[in-house]
This record gives sequence, structure tokens and C-alpha cells, in this order.
Amino acid sequence: MHKILIVGEHDGKTLNPATAKCVTCAKGIADGEITIAVLGADTAAVAAQAAALAGVKAVLRVDRAENQHPLAAVFAPQVAALAADYSHIFGPSTSFGKDLMPRVAALLGVAQVSDLMAVEGPFKFRRPIYAGNAIITVEADSAAKVIATVRVASFEAAAGGGAGVVELKSVSAALPAHTRYVGAKSGSTDRPDLQTAARVVSGGRALGSAENFKLLFSLADKLGAAVGASRAAVDAGYAANEMQVGQTGKIISPEIYVAIGISGAIQHLTGIKDARTIVAINKDGEAPIFEVADFGLVGDLFQIVPEFEKLVG
Amino acid sequence: MKKIMVCIKRVVDYNVRVRVKPDGSGVMLDGVKMSVNPFDEIALEEALRIKERGSGIEVVAVSIGVADTQQQLRTALAMGADRAILVQTDTAVEPLTAARTFLAVAKKENPDLVFLGKQAIDDDANQTGQMLAAIWERPQATYASKVEIADGKATVTREVDAGLETIEVDLPAVITVDLRLNEPRYVKLPDIMKAKKKPLDVTSLEALGVSASVLLKTVKTEPPAQRQKGVMVKDVAELVDALKKKGLL
Repeated sequence: MHKILIVGEHDGKTLNPATAKCVTCAKGIADGEITIAVLGADTAAVAAQAAALAGVKAVLRVDRAENQHPLAAVFAPQVAALAADYSHIFGPSTSFGKDLMPRVAALLGVAQVSDLMAVEGPFKFRRPIYAGNAIITVEADSAAKVIATVRVASFEAAAGGGAGVVELKSVSAALPAHTRYVGAKSGSTDRPDLQTAARVVSGGRALGSAENFKLLFSLADKLGAAVGASRAAVDAGYAANEMQVGQTGKIISPEIYVAIGISGAIQHLTGIKDARTIVAINKDGEAPIFEVADFGLVGDLFQIVPEFEKLVG
Repeated sequence: MKKIMVCIKRVVDYNVRVRVKPDGSGVMLDGVKMSVNPFDEIALEEALRIKERGSGIEVVAVSIGVADTQQQLRTALAMGADRAILVQTDTAVEPLTAARTFLAVAKKENPDLVFLGKQAIDDDANQTGQMLAAIWERPQATYASKVEIADGKATVTREVDAGLETIEVDLPAVITVDLRLNEPRYVKLPDIMKAKKKPLDVTSLEALGVSASVLLKTVKTEPPAQRQKGVMVKDVAELVDALKKKGLL
């Protein structure tokens, strides 16, 4: 039997949906038993959410004051200590998991499989390299622990209705004081979360200004969509960094992705290739985005977007 | 602050469209343009800016790779690094081996800061900085978009999924950099000439006492599944109709 530990991501109140996707990934390992660990100052609420995910056997609550903020240097020794009882330790391939998991792997002296996109066997996995231009199959040492970050766009979220057993777990690990949380600034919005939204409207450099991005926000609100951006638009200051979609930004898999004024650099396409349907609106009919779009429309976005908004309303 | 170490990787240039070998044994790298990993260029630029603001700070560029990696280290020297170290090896090293190698160098050099790119654009692993920080038992500040150094501490603003997060770390520390930290300078011809005279030491994994163990075996390399090219619609009305028919609106 394989014992799989998933490091749950949360903000103290809500379990991040990436965790439910890690559960689905873990279910791909035959004869596996799934446990979720949640680290925080008070994890009662998120532990209950984790326990409700179908297929989860147990939830470990690691509550201590130092875990108020998810600092990798503080979390890693605790996760490494928990790892003793498990064969596989998974985290989401989000900024939280990507920061934390390699630190855990190094403490354990093992390799990490980054961006695990498919399980081929208990120790055999597929992952993308070169911005998704190639997919490799890697085999981990079956005698060592497997550490992985799970490419969340590759998996559906596990359903609810589970009844995992929640237990308080005390972990003895020396925690460093050399890393301190100062604060956070989020572009807090009522719009759906980009990483998990079913609909995403995304803009590129052709928008021309931050002001013009309001066109997209307006359309997105009509569609109930999240708003994303290409790297070019973020670099130009038209959109916030957390909106970036692509190789070095967010990898997403919405039902519908509307790319507006985005030419479609390979680094951007790697972030959207798991979208169910891609719509491209661009004035350049030769733009590479049309090579991957299910529906393409060539024209002036400043005419098309308001018209689109009117017709879907 | 006396010394900053910057770790640099030689990678396929980001403009090259990488292709998979027909026999699935890897990607085609023969005759392909190689460059400094773009994120590592940003890391070096940040180190140089800290050096230029302070006084008496040395910037050391370190890389692991084939003999030709000297080209990328010469670029680093031309940008302004004071000296370079190449840990020469013909085998591709995994992130944990890279981290162990950089740790061995750090133990000799005793830098106050180690900068790396957040990921290399070849294997997209995003691990080496975090692993180095772990085994060095020092803080890590990943995905930096702003770095301030004062009083033996670094205050780092990080690009995270929810927006921006700020943490404070004691030095020495490992900082991995994100895209928007700075815009790397262009190298000028006189700097390239000057760089030829700067010291570039070559050492080996063996000399550093690091073994290049293979922990993850790559058994197959394949091209990604291609999306089918879709249809072009002539106007917004046709687009909306098509989306409604698919149940998407």
C-alpha cells in the first residue's frame, strides 16, 4: 500500500481548491491511502473542508502559532517530520507549493517531481518541460520518498461527501526564526479566482493601457468570469502580476478562455492549453493564438468587446 | 554586505522552439542557440545594482555545466560580475545536485546573499534555490519582485498567486527572482573586452565533493498533445451563436 500525504493549501478560512485537485491526482496511485495535512494557527475550519473531500482517509491538523502564515522555512521542517510515515508527499503547483515542496524534498534528501501532470504508476509520472514543448516521463526511486508538486490544471477537483477522520497532530521540529512575515497586498476582487474560474477573459498588450483593461473587467462581470493577462500586458503595467497566465504565471484550465489582443507566445499558450474551449479575438489574422483557438475572430477588439458584451447580456 | 553569489544556468535561448527527437530520447539541442537563463540574468542584474549602491561588494557568478558554459559566465562578467566559477561537468545535474554544488561553493565563498532565477526555462523545475536554502539552513525568499537590504536583513516582496507578499529574512539568505524585479542591462562591447581579463576559475563536482546522483530517471520524451485548429467566425453574432450552441454561454 502507498501512503500519500497531501499538504493542504488554505488561507485560514477556506481550503484552496488546488488541494481537491491534488486528491484526484493522488487517487491515480493504485492501492493508495490519502491523508491531508493542514498547517496553521487554527485549522479547525479548513480541516473540516479537507475531511469532506471524497477519498480522504484522514486529516492531520498541525496547529501552532508559528504557522499563522505559510512560510516555507517554517513549514518545511514540519512537513519533513510528518513525511516519515508516508511514501508520497504531494503539494499543489501553486506559489505556495512551489515555494515549500522543494525545501521539504531537500531536507529529506530526495528529488522532486515538479508539475506532475499524469500518474503512470506509483513511481512513474509525466511532467512538462520547455514551457510544455515537451512532456517527459520520469521514474522515481521506489525505495525513496516521492515528493511532487501537482499541476492543478491537469486534474479535476475531487468531489465532496467524504468523511475523513480529523486528528490533532503535534510535530516536534525545530523552527527557524530567521524568516518573518511582514504583510500581503492582494488585488482583492469579487470576481472569481483566476486559477479555478470556469470562465476567463484575458487581455494582452493590444489593450494599450490599464484604463482599457476596464473593457475586459466589464465583459468579465457580465460573464461571471475571472480576468487574466499576458506577460506583455503585465510587464507594461496594464494588469497586476497575479493576473499573469503562462509558463511563469498561472496555468489554468477553464471551460472557456477568451483571449483578447493576445498574440499567443508559446510561453502564454502553455498556460492555457488545458482550457476546454479557447476563443481568440485579435486584429492580426496570422497571430499564433489562432492556431490553438476553437473559435477565432479577426478584428478590432475595441469594437468587438463592447458588442460581445451586449450580445451575451 | 561583502559578497553576493549569483547562480547562472546555461539554457536553450528562450526564442528557440524546442523540438522532441523522433526516437523520444530527448529534445534536439544540436546547434541550438544557448543563453543565460533569463531569470538568472535578472538575478545578476539585482546583485549588480546592490553592488553599485554599496561599496566594496564583490559579485561572484557561479555555474554548473559543460565547458562551453564559460560563454555564459563571460556574459555575466561583461554585465559586471567581478569573477566567475564554473563547476564543469558533462552530465546534466538534477536540482538537488545543483543545490549541493552551490552549497559547496557557498561554504568556500561565504556570501551574504545568493541570488538565482526562480526557475530555469529548460526543465522548468523551480527547485534549486529552495533546495539550496534548505540544506544551507538559511532563509529563502522566492519569486522576488522587490529587494531591500538593510541592517543584515533583506525585505523581499514576493509575487504570489494572491498578489504580493512581503517577508523579512536574516542574511545570509537565498533569493530567487521573478520577472518584474528589474530589467537587465545590455552588455556593451568594451565590457565584453574587459570581461576577458576577469578571473574565471574552473573546478569540478569531484573537487567539491559532490556526487551527481540520478534520483529521477527520464524514460521518455514526447511532444505535447496538439490542440485541433478550430474555425474562424466572421463576426460577433456568429461567435455568440457558436458559443451558445456549445452550451458555453
